[in-house]
Amino acid sequence: MTTETRAAEPTIRDLDRVTIRFAGDSGDGMQLTGTQFTRTAAVFGNDISTLPDFPAEIRAPAGSLPGVSGFQISFSSADIHTPGDQPDVLVAMNPAALKTNVMDLPAGGALIVNSDAFTQQNLNKAAYASNPLTDGSLKAYSVFEIPISTLNARALEGLGMTAKQVDLTKNFFALGLMFWLYERSMEPTLRWIDDKFGKRPEIAEGNKRALKAGYAFGETTEIFHTHYRVAPAKLPPGTYRNITGNEATALGFLTASKLAHRQLFYGSYPITPASDILHQLSGYKNFGVKTFQAEDEIAAIGAAIGASYGGALGLTASSGPGIALKSEALGLAIMVELPLVVVDVQRAGPSTGMPTKNEQADLLQVMFGRNSDSPVPIVAPATPAECFDYAIEAWRLALKYVTPVVYLSDAFLATGAEPWHVPSLAELPDIGVENWKDKATFQPYDRDPETLARKWAVPGTPGLEHRIGGLEKADITGNVSYDPDNHHRMQMLRQDKVAGIAKDIPELAVYGPERGDLLILGWGSTYGAIRSAVERLQADGRGVAHAHVRHLNPFPRNIETVLRSYRRVLIPEVNLGQLSMLIRARYLIDAVGYNRVRGKPFRIAEIEAEAVRLLNE
Amino acid sequence: MSDMTDETNGNGHEAAALSAENAQVIQLTRKDFVSDQEVRWCPGCGDYSILAQTQKVMPDFGYPKENIVFISGIGCSGRLPYYMNTYGFHTIHGRAPTLATGLKAARPDLMVWVITGDGDALSIGGNHVLHSMRRNVDIKLVMFNNRIYGLTKGQASPTSEFGKRTKSTPLGSVDTPIMPLTVALAAEASFVARSVDTHTDHLQATLNRAGYHHGSAFVEVLQNCNIFNDGAWRDFTDRDVREDRMLVLEHGKPMIFGKDRDKGIRLRGLHPEVVQLGVDGVTEADLLVHDEQAPEPYLALVLSRMFWPEFPVPVGVLRAVSRPTHDQLIEEQIASATATAGQGDLEKALLSGETWTVD
Repeated sequence: MTTETRAAEPTIRDLDRVTIRFAGDSGDGMQLTGTQFTRTAAVFGNDISTLPDFPAEIRAPAGSLPGVSGFQISFSSADIHTPGDQPDVLVAMNPAALKTNVMDLPAGGALIVNSDAFTQQNLNKAAYASNPLTDGSLKAYSVFEIPISTLNARALEGLGMTAKQVDLTKNFFALGLMFWLYERSMEPTLRWIDDKFGKRPEIAEGNKRALKAGYAFGETTEIFHTHYRVAPAKLPPGTYRNITGNEATALGFLTASKLAHRQLFYGSYPITPASDILHQLSGYKNFGVKTFQAEDEIAAIGAAIGASYGGALGLTASSGPGIALKSEALGLAIMVELPLVVVDVQRAGPSTGMPTKNEQADLLQVMFGRNSDSPVPIVAPATPAECFDYAIEAWRLALKYVTPVVYLSDAFLATGAEPWHVPSLAELPDIGVENWKDKATFQPYDRDPETLARKWAVPGTPGLEHRIGGLEKADITGNVSYDPDNHHRMQMLRQDKVAGIAKDIPELAVYGPERGDLLILGWGSTYGAIRSAVERLQADGRGVAHAHVRHLNPFPRNIETVLRSYRRVLIPEVNLGQLSMLIRARYLIDAVGYNRVRGKPFRIAEIEAEAVRLLNE
Repeated sequence: MSDMTDETNGNGHEAAALSAENAQVIQLTRKDFVSDQEVRWCPGCGDYSILAQTQKVMPDFGYPKENIVFISGIGCSGRLPYYMNTYGFHTIHGRAPTLATGLKAARPDLMVWVITGDGDALSIGGNHVLHSMRRNVDIKLVMFNNRIYGLTKGQASPTSEFGKRTKSTPLGSVDTPIMPLTVALAAEASFVARSVDTHTDHLQATLNRAGYHHGSAFVEVLQNCNIFNDGAWRDFTDRDVREDRMLVLEHGKPMIFGKDRDKGIRLRGLHPEVVQLGVDGVTEADLLVHDEQAPEPYLALVLSRMFWPEFPVPVGVLRAVSRPTHDQLIEEQIASATATAGQGDLEKALLSGETWTVD
């Protein structure tokens, strides 16, 4: 290691950006450790981006390879868009965590390991033939072997905690050490411990001691001769908080309810990675929010449609498998033309797939996955913070056009975090609409000539008693109709209503030159990786631009013009080419896909490399 | 009133004040509930009678017709909302209870009826029937049971007899039929009743009881499909045999039946048996006395299993108990959360967790 003397003052180095990955057993509290580091960095004023990566098993066998849970955080003094391609520091709490993560650590990267966990038994569980700490296989890295379990146990002596309780706090020792290494205050975490364990003072004290012991270890030992500083980022003025996509989604819907002057009804069946939206919304009862944990996915959307029929904001959320179950009911909502928002927090499939891993492969499912031609507007936020804006946008469209709307998030957006510039309520638009009340002018399928929205009357309105349903409706009257020409007219009306929304959404904005060699077109959570790749390419003088679609149906009205302004169009997607298929089919533009489905977000470098490859062709 | 419900009740319209006293204020008749749509069931279908009795009892409840909603699934029964001059929603197969649950939760002021059939309620929608009942959603679910799939032209249904030959079961059904009332009781329905399409007075009385019940009401109507399963219930519902083959339940009364009121039901161990009054010293005092309000549904479960030809078929209210409804419980939670945490402050919610300011 180091031969410096104890007397030497540690050097401080300033860095623009650091990426740390915490990895350990799923029982080791890695998600909590990562979240605490994130909050601390966010409150300090860094720009942050995170990538939690955890197994679907709640507790896979301890020490096993499938049981490894990781949390990567990138924090910076500059504006950043991704959680970082590769960590600068890897904290590995056991051999399995080392084995599954070390390949991402670049040569020269810092590797901090809990050497206590490298027992023969744990090495066997991780299928290591020899101990990597002694066999020379880690010589490319700066390895810091720290007996974290032992040191932590010593720090907690005398508290009367059981060995198991003590062991559960060792993640905070590692966190304390990281706080020292990157000059972070322990205060936010100490406060959190008090809040969390206020009723169990011995557990609170144990966690505090673990954190402080880790910090003190960094301060007093000579193994790290440098520690680092990452200055606050220069973000636009305002009030910020750290937020995940699911949190922003839930808050966005709560806010939409206020802006629409209607109660929010949320029907949902538990499914990863959408469940946190249910958990959060069920905490807003004092806002009048009604949450309903249904018996299945179908009941969840059925109840939401029922609530919308009654005039509330009927909302439901799921992930791909649940969306499949909801398809028939979504078709009903399209037929009866009621406002409804369906959230799909996408995950890797098909079928059960990899429930906690990321993919953006449900675009064609929500676009076409119903019987007949059944158009539905689709919006897709690009970043965790943007989830807030698009939750409101989904409701704006649903109410104004009296239509179901699909909102596409994904596992990366849902669980990833970034700073959010909290808006003031006064700057948000009113999205309220009036229900139809006038008897003289009421026909259930009479439409607004501008938006083609039908006249929406809710039960309880005197004189407007009428019947709706899944059978085809006669234009204007809404009576059941099998008339051939009427059916064609109604199919066109449904299509035109959704297509007409293009007039009401922003044009596609381009980052970079308005014409050039290459446009990279993306949607959803690939935003950060694409934007960072384009920034690097532009810095190298390449004529590359980035455009990111947030409205996937209908597309922004200028999209074809934008696409035709570049020699090549590259569409990176974490699917096998779904937006590419839509673009190619609709505009006959020879877009090139970059498609990797590894259950993980793109790295900046792979998109950059693909762009360079195309530019050099 | 919560934060979300400022100018209106949060649904875009002002709620009508509703109470039982409205019965005196609003004078409606059957005609007010007849819509302008032409009824399109097969001539002779039992559904006509169910529709007529439904329209007849509707004025009883004192709800203005704009506050009544009929929600149906798929099947011949699913057409009924079109013929009611109220709000109506013809939904998809089996899912009517889910829409009714959401509607009632969002709009406790509405009276919500669910119209369904044996296939709709017990096959494709079985799960939703179970859960709407156990939640005590305040809906009146009327299940037309004709023991056949009529709209799809004659396949076996979950209530078709074992061995029943249909288009889909040419060698006879190998599926044991389900007992609808047993299912409803097992699902904790707070009101469970049975009636017959052609027994118009009894059907009206039963629908009236269901309409006044506060909570989940499950009403099985034995209905004849004269095209695909004609005479399914004839053996015990026909005028000349019904008194001897059906048991009309009355709360607090001993279980006596028969043209001459000379037969009764007695319990032997856990099993019911038919006894002849005056034979072997059997008197009224030996008979089971009906108690629809029993806290535990043992008696109702026994009745729900009795069927012709082993037993007379019980009709009437098997169970009617009171417990808080789903929408009430939701409203109570909102009220108590608001009392504890104060009215939701959106600004505060947006700024929850730790914040920092950039100048």
